[in-house]
Amino acid sequence: MKTMDLQELEKRFQEKIDKEIKIEPNDWMPDEYRKTLIRQISQHAHSEIVGMLPEGNWITRAPNLRRKAVLLAKVQDEAGHGLYLYSSVETLGADREATIDDLHSGKAKYSSIFNYPAVTWADIGTIGWLVDGAAIMNQVALCRCSYGPYARGMVKICKEESFHQRQGFESLVTLCNGTPTQKAMAQDAMNRFWWPALMMFGPSDDESPNSAQSMKWKIKRFSNDELRQSFVDATVPQAEILGLTIPDPNLKWNEETGHYDFSPINWDEFWQVVNGNGPCNKERIEARTKAKEEGMWVREAAMAYAEKRALKKTA
Amino acid sequence: MSNREWPLWEVFIRSKQGLNHKHVGSLRAPDATLALENARDVYTRRSEGISIWVVESNYVHASDPSDSDSMFEPSDTKVYRHPTFYEVPDGIKHM
Ligand SMILES: [Fe+2]
Ligand SMILES: [Fe+2]
Repeated sequence: MKTMDLQELEKRFQEKIDKEIKIEPNDWMPDEYRKTLIRQISQHAHSEIVGMLPEGNWITRAPNLRRKAVLLAKVQDEAGHGLYLYSSVETLGADREATIDDLHSGKAKYSSIFNYPAVTWADIGTIGWLVDGAAIMNQVALCRCSYGPYARGMVKICKEESFHQRQGFESLVTLCNGTPTQKAMAQDAMNRFWWPALMMFGPSDDESPNSAQSMKWKIKRFSNDELRQSFVDATVPQAEILGLTIPDPNLKWNEETGHYDFSPINWDEFWQVVNGNGPCNKERIEARTKAKEEGMWVREAAMAYAEKRALKKTA
Repeated sequence: MSNREWPLWEVFIRSKQGLNHKHVGSLRAPDATLALENARDVYTRRSEGISIWVVESNYVHASDPSDSDSMFEPSDTKVYRHPTFYEVPDGIKHM
């Protein structure tokens, strides 16, 4: 590399970003940009993988073969999403297994939504509709992220996500048109998932100090509050079609702003769950750690077999 | 914990007959056979391809982006390699 001082490199980097030129793995980038991406992409990957747990729990109990095949395909997609993201985090020079170990030790976070249990079948429909719906809102914005491999991964993920939300909504339409008990089950799921879904967009703009830098680097294109508002605006009419009530007495259309107003979020609950005290945090991490530890012999055996075969070939 | 990780492979997919294989991402696998099978499951769940190549990432050599100015300069300065460089009289067709 030609000798160039740090300031000059940073200036050129920002110029590329301002001109909408994507940053690729071998390009020069500020350490903080790299670190921010490693943290964000690995936590995104962990969320995809941990997110398989609440839904995976229902695969054997889906009410019919069609719903079972759909749920299986959806959960398999989430595994794929996790893998695309771990691959893109590796392009930044991060060690994939080390990021996974950070998840297991509690150092790395994942989306707090997956620390809530899926206790009824209606939860599965609601997760598809609200949780995947919120994830799509976030991920569509990330398709234009300045880091090439992350942006490309998001494009592929978004294409796959749209069926996730639709299958959830379809399942809820069925329940809402069913017996009063089924409808009540759907309403109960809505009551439990609405607020955690809104929390998925992260802390309010004035509480997220790193946001401004991420926006300047075009890792992020919209603020947490902007995305949350878009989600509320898109979702309220859908709830009306289902005939479900959103559990917020202050939710109402604001003629002036052209958006829905809603109650303040209980950030205490959010931080409690993020910091490990949600209903399922312990269970989720235990399940992931167990999967790695108890599956290790398979990885080792596959490696040993590959080496044995390679030796035979050269012999 | 094992400290020997499965090697990294780059995945290339031909989306349909008549098109090039195109890089789509990477994955880890112990050998080429499993790399191909994993690539099928990870990158072609919706008929994205009819053929897959996997190459161990170690064997990929890349040009250095910080040298790209001098590396690609020779092609930038030769405008006469493009048909638009040449003037032809009005009324000439099929050229
Ligand atoms: Fe996903
Ligand atoms: Fe999804």
